[in-house]
Amino acid sequence: MSLNLNLLIGLAMGLNLVALGSSRLPSLIRVMSAQGVLLGTMPLLLAADFDWRVAAVALATVFGKGLVIPRLLRRAMRAASIERELEPIIGFEVSLLLGAAATIVSVAVARLLPLMPEHADSLLVPGALATAATGFILLVGRVKAIAQVCGYLILENGIYLFGLLLIHATPLLVEAGVLLDLTVGVFVIGIIVDRIQRAFDSLDTRKLTALRE
Amino acid sequence: MSGFVGRIALGVLWVLLAPLLPGIINRVKAWVAGRRGPPVLQLYYDLHRLWQKGVVQSHLASPGFIAGPAVAWVAVLGAALLVPLGPAGTGLSFRGDVLLMLYLLALGRFATAWAAMETGSAFEGMGAAREVTFAVLAEAALVAAMLALSVQSGSLSLLTMLVPSGGAAAVLLAAGLFTVLLAENCRVPFDDPNTHLELTMIHEVMVLDHSGPPLAVILHGASLKLLLFSVLLVESVLPVRSLAPPASAALLAGGVLATIVGVGVVESLLARFAFRRVPLLLLTALLFCVFALLVAWQGGVA
Repeated sequence: MSLNLNLLIGLAMGLNLVALGSSRLPSLIRVMSAQGVLLGTMPLLLAADFDWRVAAVALATVFGKGLVIPRLLRRAMRAASIERELEPIIGFEVSLLLGAAATIVSVAVARLLPLMPEHADSLLVPGALATAATGFILLVGRVKAIAQVCGYLILENGIYLFGLLLIHATPLLVEAGVLLDLTVGVFVIGIIVDRIQRAFDSLDTRKLTALRE
Repeated sequence: MSGFVGRIALGVLWVLLAPLLPGIINRVKAWVAGRRGPPVLQLYYDLHRLWQKGVVQSHLASPGFIAGPAVAWVAVLGAALLVPLGPAGTGLSFRGDVLLMLYLLALGRFATAWAAMETGSAFEGMGAAREVTFAVLAEAALVAAMLALSVQSGSLSLLTMLVPSGGAAAVLLAAGLFTVLLAENCRVPFDDPNTHLELTMIHEVMVLDHSGPPLAVILHGASLKLLLFSVLLVESVLPVRSLAPPASAALLAGGVLATIVGVGVVESLLARFAFRRVPLLLLTALLFCVFALLVAWQGGVA
């Protein structure tokens, strides 16, 4: 079971790098939602015996991250008629290298952390750290608002992965609340993106800093 | 394989088998495209023909123009002799021979680039510059792959370190080494071996001014390098060395054939990438190998 889990987390870490290397907005959205689905199935693997609440949260996560959020983002993209090419501040090669370095460092750091013995062998903590770092790199390194939203969502994936450590301790209501917040957040961002596009004729967030009274 | 005669025989085996591979690739490409294609033994005929021709040499070129291809060929053959050829073993094996292999491959590349710049042609200088630029990343990936193999086997000799671990590390290594194979042997999507448009060539442009026997040596050296990389790829992924000799030879041959057919299929289905996208792809190969190293290291500690 731990092996399967590690394989899934390894895949998610691989998707991090794919997200950093993808040069088009639709593929970035696809990678982000694939990672969300991957992480959504993990609680089922983690739980020793079948629990309908865990299954419900897993289902909601898969549904939300795999279907609803990507659809909202694509809709916002279509409505604002954005070009698909990303123009990164940090180039693809450099962000890939940064992501790889973050992954290696997180694996190394996770060894030094005083973890519970049952978590020592799993990739949960390194995966969470690496995914969060990837989210940060995307947030900092991309100028398009939707790409930054994808970075934010990947960052949230990392936090979710961290939350899986405590799956037996946190009430599932918290998980469900986070998911709801996320969906609403993306919904709102979809509207904001449209507004930015109308006001500035571009989604380049650098133009927002030039805002004057 | 030990003994003087055995080593010579092994060298002859490498030399004779190598020109088969480009023929198979061309056959696969022809088959995918629905053509009949050149015979599988075409490169042997070409080599024979080129060997009988005279050499045209520029007045500007120093003896390095002839020496370059020769040095490159000897270096690649030397590197090949260090790689175990299935049940036949290696020509020479000692602790740390993997380093010698890496350096011999680098020497071969240096000699090719050197010979390319001898005539002072701008195009060939450009080709040499491209080759060496891409080699920076390809070599790093190869070094990372060798490090991963060495970490997971705890050995520094090619004879004992080519022990596949299976699982994620093997998949990562296979992906990384296959991409390195494509880059090192100038196949699509890094370079198009068929193109003769100067602006897009890498390897082909470096050998434009060579003719006759030196060109034959260059072509043969390229096929030898292709065989070396495919043997290396197969042996680091499949458990070739742990089987009985006949099964091992069959597995190695099948693996190399599968790799070569894979190269042909990639070549038929993909177009050459734009130059600015090549570093990203090579970086991906490097990352595959680095993560294989990471997995090997993790497995070793845990």
